[in-house]
Amino acid sequence: MSILRIESLTKVFGGLRAIDDLSFTIEPGSVHSVIGPNGAGKTTLFNLITGVYTPTSGRVLIEEQDVSALPTHSRAALGMSRTFQNLQICMNMSAIENVMLGRHLHLDGRFLPSLFRLPRIVRGDREARERCAELMEYVGLGRYINAEASGMPYGALKRLEIARSLAAEPKLLLLDEPAAGLNASETADLDEVIHKLGQAGVTVVLVEHDMKLVMNISEHIVVLNYGKKLAEGTAAEIRRNPDVIAAYLGAA
Amino acid sequence: MSDHKVQSSALAEENPSVVARPPVEEMRELKRLRWQDFVFSPRYGGFIALLAAVLIAPLFLDGLYEFDLAILVFINASVAITLNLLVGYAGQISLGHAAFFGLGGYGTAILATRHDWPALAALLAGVLLVAAVAFLIARPILRLKGHYLAMATLGLGMIIYLVITTETGLTGGPDGMSVAPMEIFGYMVFDELVWYWITGILLLLIYLLAVNVIESPVGRALRAVHGSEIAAINSGVNVTHYKTLIFVVSAMVAALMGGLFAFYSGFITPTSSDFMHSIEFVVMVVLGGMASVVGAVVGAVLLTLLPQFLAAMADYKWLTYGLILMLVMIFMPKGLVPTLHGWIRRWIP
Ligand SMILES: Nc1ncnc2c1ncn2[C@@H]1O[C@H](COP(=O)(O)OP(=O)(O)OP(=O)(O)O)[C@@H](O)[C@H]1O
Ligand SMILES: [Mg+2]
Repeated sequence: MSILRIESLTKVFGGLRAIDDLSFTIEPGSVHSVIGPNGAGKTTLFNLITGVYTPTSGRVLIEEQDVSALPTHSRAALGMSRTFQNLQICMNMSAIENVMLGRHLHLDGRFLPSLFRLPRIVRGDREARERCAELMEYVGLGRYINAEASGMPYGALKRLEIARSLAAEPKLLLLDEPAAGLNASETADLDEVIHKLGQAGVTVVLVEHDMKLVMNISEHIVVLNYGKKLAEGTAAEIRRNPDVIAAYLGAA
Repeated sequence: MSDHKVQSSALAEENPSVVARPPVEEMRELKRLRWQDFVFSPRYGGFIALLAAVLIAPLFLDGLYEFDLAILVFINASVAITLNLLVGYAGQISLGHAAFFGLGGYGTAILATRHDWPALAALLAGVLLVAAVAFLIARPILRLKGHYLAMATLGLGMIIYLVITTETGLTGGPDGMSVAPMEIFGYMVFDELVWYWITGILLLLIYLLAVNVIESPVGRALRAVHGSEIAAINSGVNVTHYKTLIFVVSAMVAALMGGLFAFYSGFITPTSSDFMHSIEFVVMVVLGGMASVVGAVVGAVLLTLLPQFLAAMADYKWLTYGLILMLVMIFMPKGLVPTLHGWIRRWIP
């Protein structure tokens, strides 16, 4: 059973076909990448998968279930989590609370138990806090455990988003340019984190411009150009695909 | 010592992965609760201060007038705390909250006075009426953002105010209506001191319940709606649900306080639901500090007492009042409590 299936998906903005009759399938496990020049439609694709945008036509299936009609938060409940190219951090919250937000679906979010602070709420939050502190350590943010999000540098916030996504314990993790703005050693750390996740059984879909990172860790790559699928295959296949080479040279 | 600090943070900038993972002992150290965390926490320090104030104030209050002010402070603070959950925490402005206060007040007053309902039943009915109204309009209205939401809630407030003013047969029109005294289990509540304890204990209760909500998954979801709606929905937060929830809850508390206010004053007029009153509630929240429970209480105290203190200035009263509000917002844009907290934090990190 595939974990994610895109079926003739199209998204039109005004006259622009940002995603144009796109189909592909993501099998569970390991790391997959979606690459393409700037404006190819990668972020739009993520927004369609998560339900932030409604497609002009076509379908999105998660574990063979058509989710096209589901709102974003219900899709998250199916085990999907993502990070954002343009950071989406709650600057009015502390760093660890941002990560704890990611655990929302694992906690009791009903009003009355929270209002009366039932023991399960206290226990749930305490456990969540500990777990999220561990996750922050895991992505290399140990020294920010007591920090406010608004006081953290860009590179740390990128990793904070990854920690928040991991807090959800997703089956499918969508990462939109996680390495953008990171220095070489941070990127190497990220490479390791993503690799570990893939091995832990999380299906990772990575959008990334850092070709070294992409080629290193992805088993399967989809190349987009002008919203269309230009090529699909393993890193080795993509590297020698003449269309891909042309598109990238053309874009540069 | 300080040299060492500078060095290690410089190192951290260069190569975060080296310093990023502190040893476990250091983490425990960071997590341990210190006395300042206790004193500055709304659940402990804030609540104990409020409790002490409510308990001790009657020893110093002198005469009906001062008790009257205290009761007004308690009523306003209760509304401000819950309005703050909506405005300060969830980031959804409401410029029509006095309408819920007035609607609750009139609903309660009409049932208790004209239809001889028992006081508690009338209060409950007033609250439920407002809950129903708030729930019905929550969905369409909370889809709007920023200025548009402000306009919509403003319009809503005006419509309710207009209905109250023009339905003369029911509400007594612009002149208002007198309200039968509150009778609970055969006991007539007239005494100011009894009202003091009713509203004071209610404030303490509302304060504590509000802190409970804030420090829970619900509170986190509300703040996330403010911080990044996109992050919230992608984390599985049903944003519409939580917006509606907190809108309805804050409207219900406003309605309850409106009902009690009607009983307490024995009289209610449409001004209780007008635009100025809505603005006053919002200013309490903003002045005291958005997303601060203690701030809402401080804002309510200031905004209730300031006009009284300034009364001696006669003609210059409102001018001075406006000036004080402007100065606070210019020099303390985050509101009184968060700004003061920030300053203290600089001395006691
Ligand atoms: N909300 C929108 N309204 C109108 N046009 C949009 C919208 N979102 C994206 N687009 C357009 O769709 C195209 C694809 O954009 P998208 O952000 O998906 O590209 P991308 O592959 O993520 O690019 P990058 O590598 O720069 O992040 C672009 O031409 C963009 O201008
Ligand atoms: Mg993009």
